[in-house]
Amino acid sequence: MKISIVDYGAGNLPSVERALRKLGAETQLATEASHIRSAKAIVFPGVGHFSAFVNGLRERNLVAPLRKAFDDGVPILGICLGLQAMFETSEEAPGEPGLGFLTGDVRALPANVKSPHIGWNQLREVSKGALLRGLPDDAFFYFAHSFAAPAETSPTVAACDHGMAFAAVVEQKNLLAVQFHPEKSGEAGAQVLSNFVEAVQ
Amino acid sequence: MTLARRIIPCLDVDAGRVVKGIEFEGLRDMGDPAELAARYNREGADELVFLDISATNEGRETFLETIRRVASQLNIPLTAGGGIRSMEQGRAVLRAGADKVTVNTAAIKRPDLISELAQQFGAQAVVLSIDVKRNGAGWEAYTRGGRDATGIDAEKWAREAVKRGAGEILLTSIDRDGTCTGFDCELTATISKAVSVPVIASGGASTFDDFYEVFDQGRADAALAASIFHQETRSIAALKGFLNERRIPVRLSK
Repeated sequence: MKISIVDYGAGNLPSVERALRKLGAETQLATEASHIRSAKAIVFPGVGHFSAFVNGLRERNLVAPLRKAFDDGVPILGICLGLQAMFETSEEAPGEPGLGFLTGDVRALPANVKSPHIGWNQLREVSKGALLRGLPDDAFFYFAHSFAAPAETSPTVAACDHGMAFAAVVEQKNLLAVQFHPEKSGEAGAQVLSNFVEAVQ
Repeated sequence: MTLARRIIPCLDVDAGRVVKGIEFEGLRDMGDPAELAARYNREGADELVFLDISATNEGRETFLETIRRVASQLNIPLTAGGGIRSMEQGRAVLRAGADKVTVNTAAIKRPDLISELAQQFGAQAVVLSIDVKRNGAGWEAYTRGGRDATGIDAEKWAREAVKRGAGEILLTSIDRDGTCTGFDCELTATISKAVSVPVIASGGASTFDDFYEVFDQGRADAALAASIFHQETRSIAALKGFLNERRIPVRLSK
């Protein structure tokens, strides 16, 4: 089965694509609405600025088909900014609505810690989910972000602490997302992607 | 649960080969970039930095090819740079598979380069490299691989670069570089306290103790070194074990 990787014109897609293919998944880049409509599973990577991201989706008319895919129960995996864009708003772009698949807001990391939060950090599991199956509690994942969704207001499966407790893994029905970069997180990251691929098959 | 301090091997690349500058001797061939990168990946490197030191256009084209070849094998982050002067050159490096781009001389000449890169690719993709020499009571930024003095105060420059969107500072002590006398902890701590972004210390690493000191006293978020890792005498795994015993948080590979 093919996994559609949403291409909104700015992300570093080759590494996500390569990581999924290494796991034996078939992938295609989704650049227009029809690619989303035909998708059986969607991966939603993102780097850069929140408003560039959601505007890129709007310009390509991808928002409505993504909403429909979400409502129809198509498995969706958001990565980094892909996680943040699923919420209603972000402090990075006040007044710019996110996709709103999840209720809640994305906040800037507090000023008392180094930001961007760049590097390898560990997670605190708060409920059982699909993405972390088979991973040791002390596994490290690679993060690179300045904004995050507060853990307590999100459907958080695992939290991470950097100045505040934020959602590192969220899962709500068919919607799965990670704040870290699984494609850059060594063997632990590959296991997360493999769990997603397994869940959609 | 703490953010791990990072160990970052740096590879200087000339015409598709990893090289090392040797005094009176010029460049020595240290091996194939993809092979070295794969070894570092296995040994538990937290990310890699590739610097293009080739002087010719052909060399630059080969560098992009090297990035492509290396990136396709890695599942850790990759930073690349060396002579990047424009957003288009930055884009080419990122398109080739790097996750971050590092700029130095061109950013001092035209600070807008930092803003342009950050707006386009995000602060997390922009690493400002500063080469610093101690200058009386202060620290001075140098360009062109440490050859040209700029009269610019390194701390001030670091602050401005962060304001413009640099997401990390790669800080090299020219005084220590190649001396094997340890990182400049005073310089590293000064800059680390001055900016809100992570600081990568570089220049002078020789022993495991040097790394401990730059994390402990130097407040470094990451430490970068080249040649001590190229020769297989000191492995990254052994270094991380050493740091872990001394309560520096590191990512231990399984």
